[in-house]
Amino acid sequence: MIDTLRLTAEQAKGLLEAREISGAELFAAYRAAIDGRDPELHCYLHVCEDSGGDGLPIALKDVIGTKGIPTTAGSKILEGYLPVYDSTVVERLKFHGLRILGKTNTDEFAMGSSTENSAYGPSHNPWDPTRVPGGSGGGSAAAVSAGLAPWALGSDTGGSIKQPSALCGNVGLRPTYGTVSRYGVVAFASSLDQVGPVARTVRDCAYLYSIIAGRDECDTTTVELPQPVQLPQADDVRGLRIGVPKELNDAEGIEPGVAAAVQAAIAKLEELGAEVGECSLPLSVEYGMACYYLITPAEASSNLARYDGVRYGYRADAAERLEMYERTRDEGFGDEPKRRIMVGTYALSAGYYDAYYGQAQKVRTVIKREHDALFETFDALVSPTSPTVAFPLGARTADPIAMYLSDLLTIPSCMAGLPGLSVPCGLSEGLPVGLQLVGPQFAENTLFRIGHALEQAIGFDPVPERLR
Amino acid sequence: MSIDREQLLHVAHLARLELRDDEIERLEGQLNDILEAVSKVSELDLEDVPPTSHPHDVVNVWAEDEPRPCLSAEDALANAPEREGDFFKVPPGGAA
Repeated sequence: MIDTLRLTAEQAKGLLEAREISGAELFAAYRAAIDGRDPELHCYLHVCEDSGGDGLPIALKDVIGTKGIPTTAGSKILEGYLPVYDSTVVERLKFHGLRILGKTNTDEFAMGSSTENSAYGPSHNPWDPTRVPGGSGGGSAAAVSAGLAPWALGSDTGGSIKQPSALCGNVGLRPTYGTVSRYGVVAFASSLDQVGPVARTVRDCAYLYSIIAGRDECDTTTVELPQPVQLPQADDVRGLRIGVPKELNDAEGIEPGVAAAVQAAIAKLEELGAEVGECSLPLSVEYGMACYYLITPAEASSNLARYDGVRYGYRADAAERLEMYERTRDEGFGDEPKRRIMVGTYALSAGYYDAYYGQAQKVRTVIKREHDALFETFDALVSPTSPTVAFPLGARTADPIAMYLSDLLTIPSCMAGLPGLSVPCGLSEGLPVGLQLVGPQFAENTLFRIGHALEQAIGFDPVPERLR
Repeated sequence: MSIDREQLLHVAHLARLELRDDEIERLEGQLNDILEAVSKVSELDLEDVPPTSHPHDVVNVWAEDEPRPCLSAEDALANAPEREGDFFKVPPGGAA
């Protein structure tokens, strides 16, 4: 009997290599788990048949293009779209023998923090199905948490891997900008979008990252990793200097239970040998949200211009071409993409460009400089990943700005192109709390080392209590 | 700064969005809330700060100009809502 709730990818790989189970049995076990629990959780938008072979199964966020497998980005405008080529990350997974279990739910075009913006209905948090799994990659996070996939890929623009990982009790990595190809991935805001792993352990997360990372000539923003990925082993963090930015740890809206779990984890890091010191990001946190919600809508308004009903996706009935474009986009996009297209188009339009988009790009420089300065003193920065634990479905849908604040703590480092790892560090009100570790560019190995040591020391049980 | 009804319709046209009346109603308030929140960036005096458009210093990545396999016409047209021969078919003209 394969217990998909407990099995890590590393253990599953070991069982396959020792021939104790077959690839078909493993795939079937996850399919059975999906059949049992997904009707309640709605993690998947599409479930695949076994493609054969002896590799591990994996779930993919539905923004990742998969040849011959529906890819909707959670939007009605891409309903029925069947990519005619695989994205580079999928090619790499297949090269390593991994097999696609299915495509997971996401806020439409990865715009959101709860999956409630999905045109196909929200996913539910496996710890408490009346609550959101976070977003936008809530489907991937909930699937891993509920044992419906051993691991998954997500995508992160301002927190869409880290925040759902935190809310579902997973490990999630937003890699350094430029380390993972976006070729074949539905674009949202191209100067921030990154694909990354969601897993149950830090070692699984690091292993999956090693498979997908590296230069791809089809995405010219990608670079080779300066050092190979190291699977973390050490159970201490001696010699590492860890900064605690006070604005990320004292921000208004951080729940007391979240702050307490993170403070306890920071104390644990000191016990494990880290040198911990307070530091400051005075402007990054205060101005990060405003900067992000100008730059990403601006880029989105450009990226989403391609959905015009001509080459693929939904087309509305209309007698004339312009009418067809405008009606297709009105009927095909949901509220959140429309809001962002409108904000972005406005911020880029004549007369407003300098005041909005141009100024936001300068703020981005300030954010980058503030982070760079801290990494002269520290190897990593620590804070909560999300100000709150998983919130009830519907709690923030009426107020876009309240929803945007879900990503207050993840946004600044994303703007600076830095890697961030979320690891579970405890419970508050019976729900998982995520700890965010941010490092300088290409410092994934340091983050894995810290995350792994903390994981061993805390002994967090990633299986939702109600499913144990 | 705020956006009035006329500007909103102008921006919607630039973005090729035909908004329904109930959407216009709802969006007007929400966009003004969002624009007020993001206007916070103007509090900072950043005259001497250069803009960042991209988090890396990578510039001008060149590739050899060599032909490689690409999508066939059949693949490129596979998802077309409507086609005629090897063309994407769209409704006739009107203004652009």
